[in-house]
Parts: sequence; structure tokens; C-alpha cells
Amino acid sequence: MQPAPDPFVQADTHDLVLRAEPASVRAALLAVTAVSPVADLSPDLRGTVELVLAEVLNNVAEHAYADSAGHVAVTVALQPGVLWCEVVDEGAPMPGSTLPEGRLPKDDLPEGGFGWHLIRTMTRDLQYRRQRGTNRLTFIIPLQE
Amino acid sequence: MQLKTQSRPRVLTVEVMEDRIDAATAIQFKERMRDITRTGDQRVVLDLARVQFLDSSGLGAIVAVKKMLGPDRPLELSGLTPTVEKVFRLTRMDSIFTIHPSVEVAVSHATGT
Repeated sequence: MQPAPDPFVQADTHDLVLRAEPASVRAALLAVTAVSPVADLSPDLRGTVELVLAEVLNNVAEHAYADSAGHVAVTVALQPGVLWCEVVDEGAPMPGSTLPEGRLPKDDLPEGGFGWHLIRTMTRDLQYRRQRGTNRLTFIIPLQE
Repeated sequence: MQLKTQSRPRVLTVEVMEDRIDAATAIQFKERMRDITRTGDQRVVLDLARVQFLDSSGLGAIVAVKKMLGPDRPLELSGLTPTVEKVFRLTRMDSIFTIHPSVEVAVSHATGT
């Protein structure tokens, strides 16, 4: 898979491609948070970025590649006041080609269904496009504390 | 998944010795907790002071352990680090757990001393 074209040539960017499975996701999160631009953020914001990327990448591993193995590409770029993020994979499309609403589960002791709620709470401008067999998710994480 | 347990008459403390409970380790965590709590009936305090990162899979596993222990054997938490605390707060799961600032406080509560 080609890395996504970088629309922010001037920006401080970091990208990597990883296998979409839990151990590789963990390694990728450690890698992304250890270098610029994410490493330069406050510990609290680094935690937010790591959590959002964890939820997005684990969703790709668990759902898009539920029946197959594959790779996923992540790009993070520092822009004024926000971190711009893009996640691209070649797995199955989102059901109905739309993003889940991310409502919190209604049961008393839910064991799942938290992921999209966390993603939607911590991001802005969340956009999903399915094109020529690829899923492309973009969003920004505000950097004001 | 390393868990360090200490059994007292009325409370079992379980210290998570890892810095993450995530999608890669959530199932293992749940199974280890099942083994540890197979016997005994004390309340359980899960100390998360060393855990720097918890994702929704890790959260789901902790909720599953609470469910597994049932209503008569409470699962309480202690030592939430900032990112872990945020996950509980944003998912409102902070309202279903008793959360203590430290394992020492949790133990003194549990024994009533």
C-alpha cells in the first residue's frame, strides 16, 4: 500500500504502516508516541492521541480485517492547534458505509461498545470514505487543554 | 500478564504489574483474574497504579471481571493514572466502580479500620 499523499508538506508529520493485529498495534502506538510530533505534546495530550489511535487501529484489526490479514497506514501531522490524523486500510468497508454513532451501550455492565464513543468524544471533523477498495478515515484531535 | 496478589481476611488485592491493559492482553487479563478469584469470597481491589494505558478492550475486560465476580463480591479499583481515569470518565464507567485513590486507602475501607 502506498502511504497517503501528504497534504501538509510544511507540517511536522509522521507516518507508518503496520500489520493490523493487536501486538503490532501496540508496537505502532509506542512508536508514534515516542517521536515528533506526538512526543512533543503534553503527557495528557499524548495519552489522548494514543487512546484515539488505539481505538481506530484495533477497530481496523478486529472488523475491517475480521476475515483476513492486512496492513493499515497511519499518518499524523501537526497543524496549528490540532493534530491531523489519517488511517487507511484495504479491509472490508464499514457496515452501511457509514461510521457508527458511538452511543454508549445501555446495559448495566457493558463489556464492549465503548470504542466509537471514545473516538467521537476526543476527535473533531471525523470523515470516512470508501474508495477503490480502501477505507480512509480522517479526523483531528484538538490540542487545547 | 503479571498480577501480584495479596490475600487478607476480608480483602484480596490484585496489583497489575504491567503498564498496559489493551487489545493484545485483555483476554489474558480476564483469564488470570478468573484463576485468581476462583476461590475465596473477599472483596477484590484491583490496583491499577502501574497501568499507564487502558483501551476499550482493557476496560471491557475489567467490566467482565466485575460481572464474573457477581453482585456479592464487589470489584473495586485503586490508583488510576490520568489516561486510565479518562477512559473510565468518558465512558461513565467511573459510576459503576468504587474507585479509591490508592490501594492502602482501598484496604482500610474494605477492612473498616
